Order: sequence, then structure tokens, then C-alpha cells
Amino acid sequence: MKNLLDVESLSKEEIEDLLLLAENLKEILSRPIPKVPTLRGKLIALLFYEPSTRTRFSFERAAKILSADTLTFTAKGTSIEKGESLLDTVKNLEALGTNLFVIRHPLCGVPHFLAKYINLPIINAGDGTHAHPTQALLDLMTVKEKLGTLSDLKVAIIGDIKHSRVAHSDILAFQKMGSVVYVSGPGFLLPEPKEEEYFRLKPHSFKVCYNLKTALENADIVIALRIQKERHGKALLPSFQEYHEFFGLKPQHLGWIKEGALLMHPGPINWGVELDPELEKYPFQVILDQVENGVAMRMAILLRLLSGD
Amino acid sequence: MKILIKRGRLIDPSQNLDIVGDLLIEEGRIVGWERNIEISEKVELIWAEGLWILPGLVDIHVHLRDPGEEWKEDITSGTLAALYGGVLRVACMPNTKPPNDTPEVTNYIIKKAQEKGWVKVLPIACITKNQEGKELTEFGRLKRSGAVALSDDGRWVQNSELMKRALHYAKNFDLPVISHCEDHSLTEGGQVNQGKMSAKLGLKEIPAMAEVIGVIRDLLLAKDTNYPVHLAHISSKEVLPFLRWAKEEGIPFTAETCPHYFTLTEKEVENYNTLAKVNPPLRGEEDVYAIKQALKEGIIEVISSDHAPHSELEKKVEFEWASFGMLGLQTLFPLSLNLVREEILSPLKLAEYLILNPSKILKIEPPSFKSNVLAEVILVSPYEKYILTEDLIKSKSKNTPFLNQELQGRVKKVILKDKIYDL
Ligand SMILES: [Zn+2]
Ligand SMILES: [Zn+2]
Repeated sequence: MKNLLDVESLSKEEIEDLLLLAENLKEILSRPIPKVPTLRGKLIALLFYEPSTRTRFSFERAAKILSADTLTFTAKGTSIEKGESLLDTVKNLEALGTNLFVIRHPLCGVPHFLAKYINLPIINAGDGTHAHPTQALLDLMTVKEKLGTLSDLKVAIIGDIKHSRVAHSDILAFQKMGSVVYVSGPGFLLPEPKEEEYFRLKPHSFKVCYNLKTALENADIVIALRIQKERHGKALLPSFQEYHEFFGLKPQHLGWIKEGALLMHPGPINWGVELDPELEKYPFQVILDQVENGVAMRMAILLRLLSGD
Repeated sequence: MKILIKRGRLIDPSQNLDIVGDLLIEEGRIVGWERNIEISEKVELIWAEGLWILPGLVDIHVHLRDPGEEWKEDITSGTLAALYGGVLRVACMPNTKPPNDTPEVTNYIIKKAQEKGWVKVLPIACITKNQEGKELTEFGRLKRSGAVALSDDGRWVQNSELMKRALHYAKNFDLPVISHCEDHSLTEGGQVNQGKMSAKLGLKEIPAMAEVIGVIRDLLLAKDTNYPVHLAHISSKEVLPFLRWAKEEGIPFTAETCPHYFTLTEKEVENYNTLAKVNPPLRGEEDVYAIKQALKEGIIEVISSDHAPHSELEKKVEFEWASFGMLGLQTLFPLSLNLVREEILSPLKLAEYLILNPSKILKIEPPSFKSNVLAEVILVSPYEKYILTEDLIKSKSKNTPFLNQELQGRVKKVILKDKIYDL
């Protein structure tokens, strides 16, 4: 593995290897002094050209536990506004001795663009509406930890599928591990008929549902998504109140999903829109486990890309 | 000076000619052709065995970027690329900076082409001022300055009443109207064809339906006004049933496609390859097949290049920020020749699509081998294989997905009036 650009380019074996490594590394997080010297002397540049708190903190935490140094750029106050090209910025950082780039960018394919011209490992921390592979990997880790398996599960993803990079990566990741994925939400936020085929890795392993119940019925995992309002460019939904009424997850839906089914969300959550506040008390919501596993998974990815062992 | 081309395959669609024979040129004009011309006086003799001899190609859809974006291309470099591509008449689109929406810009283009161009340039003027789709340009004055046609290429005239008015008014001046069919409300922010690639790359889609809606509206307006529209760069299979319907209805229209739409698929943009980012976008395999069938049927009867130069500043950037377009002048002929190799078109039919039909649409006398017309002759080796290296590209920009790829078919010599160019 040279880069981590998207889920599509990961093999099942690579995913399994990262899951195993992350599970082992997770133990470090519970130590009184969670720090190991493994990546001492390595410099990791975190380029966040889009606001993000949890992903950026998660990467910083992972890097620091492994004793790597970090340089963090956030969109405000960086050269993006001065009109310096991204490629120039990255080449400068390369000259400063950077060993690995983590990049989040509002445009699709920017990590892939950099990978063509930069000979250092690149981790995609979310590119536009395209992909968010580290989120998908930590989601897999959380499910495996809680349910003991990643195969033969039914995953329901509800919300703005079209503009969600998390959805795009989760759809592929869960299928690669042998599960089926059902998506539902407002029709214009679902993959269009011409795009559906790409998301279906095996016959019947992916389904677009216009009826919420079809997606939720007997699901082992429910992933609720935020409405990516900032990516719509204009108001697409008639109202958030109606969204909540017809597509928000509420206690009454718990009867449709399997007993003990997991409830997940990649954050940040808009309580009262995609999730009813009551669901915070649902015993199988694992939203904070996702956050914790995110650190372990990102440690695993950094290790694989920087030390190979 | 007399030039005698001997034993070449003479192909002239204006007289349905496809024979092996000789062509005589004197003082920059065609004298005539015969199966065998014997001549005793001193001539410049060109042996053309194994070569095709054609009138110069007429490219109805070219972006020369001059005035305003000369770092990408200018009239000199663009017409040199044309010469190397065998294109001896270039109709240039008006989306320059400023756009060609006034007689001043038209005059500038004509004058610069006369002084510094390698081949003849035919300016196309805007339909609407600044291509804004709000007010008509001065068709009469533009025509008087030398504009040969009207188009808002790059934009579709969204307002149907305005487009209808344009067609009616174009009748007064006998100006052809060329439409870039795209319902922009469906393509806003769009980057790639809707389908596997938009799903895979996460990029906003450009659905074929946007082209279909554009085409249908323009066909209906052509019918209503009884004035032809020329449909630029048709790319999707979904359009074709409507073109067939329009032919049956007798609606006046013509349609064009470009080599990339019958050669490449959306697969080229995989891994965010900006060189393959064009508008309309590259589509699926079925579209490529269908476009070829439409050429075979004659539903699409013009091949243009949509030559669209962009420098590294516009192309070596983030995909969503990269400009749309690829070079085309020097690949127009070799890629079109594949249609002959695949037995989709005869050589004569291909010449019709590249020379005669675009001339008819532009209402100009086509280059030909008829006696006394100005010599515009190209000698082509249809078999020669070569790699399209950066050095061979005469444009200022090098943005083509065919860069460093093998092409077959090469323009070897051009005779333009009294000049002979060995290429
Ligand atoms: Zn166009
Ligand atoms: Zn164009």
C-alpha cells in the first residue's frame, strides 16, 4: 500500500490487515501514558482545506501517540487564499522534509491529483463528494468489534447519499467485506439509475430504496447521515422539518431493525434532523466508539504507510 | 509555376471523384485532373503513389483563443496546427476575450489571419451579446465584416423566444446558426458523463439528457421557423432517435460530431485525467458505437475537431478546476480515418464529411479539384503510423489525451495557392 486514496483501490486483504493492526494498536489508547516511539522523527503534514474538527483531531492524536511530528494547515490563513497553487504548497512542504501528507479538500480527486506529482504517501481525509476511506475503515472496525463479523450483514445508510463521501466509501467497504448495503433518503439525494450499477459490487448486494422501511427492515447496522447542505449550492429540500418527519430516524423505527442492531453516525450530528434526540439513549448507538476507533485506525494507516510493518 | 501530382488517389467529394490519376496546378490554381496527364514543359513533379490527394479540410468548429487567451493559442499557432492537420479553412468560435460579438473583433480576426495566419480563417460571431443569452448581436454588421456564421458555443441560448428570434433574423442575412445543445440547468457544476464515472469519481454529472433536451428544442425551433440549425458536437446515443425523427419530418438541420466522441469513452477520465475533460463529456461504449452508426447512416454528416487548446495553467490543476476541452486540429484526420479502416465510411464519404458538408453549411464554395479554383490540396499517407509527440504538436498547448499515443494517417504535403509545404 503506497497511498490511501479511496476504498475502491483497497483489496479485501489490505482492509483485513489494517483492521487487525488497528485492533492491536487500540490497546495503547488505554495505557496511562499512551505514547510509543514508533514514528519518531517522521513529519506528517495535515492539510485541511475544509473545516473539520473531528477528523483533524483524530489524525493529530494518532500521529502524536506514534511520536510523529505534525504540521497542520487549515483553510483559513493558508496560501489557498493567496492563490498559490496547491501543488506548489505541497512541493514546499516536501522540501521541508515531510514524510506523509494527510489531505482534506472540498474538490473531488485532489488527493489523486497530488499522488500523480508527489512521491510521498498521501492519505485522503475526505475529498469533496468523492471518498472518505479512513471513515469507512473505522466504521468497519467498530462493526467488527461490536458484532464480531463483517460478512452477511445488512447495512442501511439513510440520508444524503449523493453528496456524502462517507456513504460512497461505506457502500463499497461493507460490500467488499461480504455484506449488503441498502440506502434510502429523498429521491434526489440517492444514486441515479445510471450510477447505481457502479455501487453494486455483486448482484443484489446494493439496493436503492425509496421506501425507508425497505432499507431499515432487519438491518444489522443503521448509519444516519447529515444533510450536506453546504454541497447543495441551493436549497434542495423543501424543509428540514419534513425531512425529519419522513427520513429522520426515530424511536418508532427501532422495531423495524434487528434486535441489537448498531446505530452509527459519522458526525457532526444534527439532532432533531437526521436523528431524534431520544436515540442518544439507544443502548446500541456506537457513535463515540467510532470516534475512539478512528484514532486506532488512523494509527494503523500511518504505520502501514510510513514503516511498512 | 506548374505543379503536377502524379499517380495519387484523387478524392474530391464535390464531383464524386475517387480515382487514381494526376492533378495539375498552375499559378496557384487547379487546372484539372486526368487519369494521366503528360506534359512536356518544365513542371514541379510530385510522385504520389500510395498517397491520397484531397482538397483541404474545412473545420467548422475550432477555438483559436485569439484575442484574449494567447498563452493557450493564437491565430498564428492555431493555423499552423491546422496546416499540419490538413485543415486549410478554419471556422473559429467566438468565445474569445472579448467575445466576437462586434464587427471590431471580427475585423481583428480577419486582419490578423491575413497577416499572420497560415490558412484561411472564417470567423463565427456570437448569437447574443457577450454570449449572455439576453440580446441579439448585430447580425447584419457582423456579416458585412466577414462573419460566416453565428454561435454562442460553450453556452446554449437558454431562452427559447430569443433563439427563435435569432433564427428568424439569421434568415435576413443567410447566416448559418450553430447550436451548442446543453440544458445548463441540468449540467451546472457538472464535470463528467453521468454514469459509472460520475459515481466512481464522486464528480457532479453531465447527463446525456441535457444534450437531448437542447437538441429537441432546437429542432422544434428549426421546424417552426423553417430555418436550419447546425447541431454542434453530438456526443450521446440518446439524441439519435430524435435526429432520425427530424429527418423523417423534413426538419431543416445538420449535425456534427468530433473524433473524440467516436474514439474515446469516459474511461479516459479515470484517475481524474484532466486531458480527457471535455464538454460535452466523453460518454460510454454504447455511445461511441451509436455515433459511428449515425455517421454511417448519414444522420450525422459533419466531423469537426472542436479544437480547444488549454495550457498547463488550466489543465495541470485540480480536476474540478480544470478547463474543458482538448486539441483536435492535428488529430482530426488520422482519427477520422479510423472510420474508413473500420468500414463505417468510404474514403469519399469521409471527404464529404470533412470538406463538402461543412462548406455547404457555412455557405462557402468548397475546396475542390474543379478547374480554375484556388489550389487547396493536401497529400496524405493513410497508412503511416507515428507517435504524436509534443514536438509534432504545433499548437501552443499540448492538451490532448492522444499525446504520445500512436496515430495512423499523416498529412505529408500541403499545396496552398502557389506554396508547397513539406510536412
Ligand atoms: Zn460547444
Ligand atoms: Zn467548442
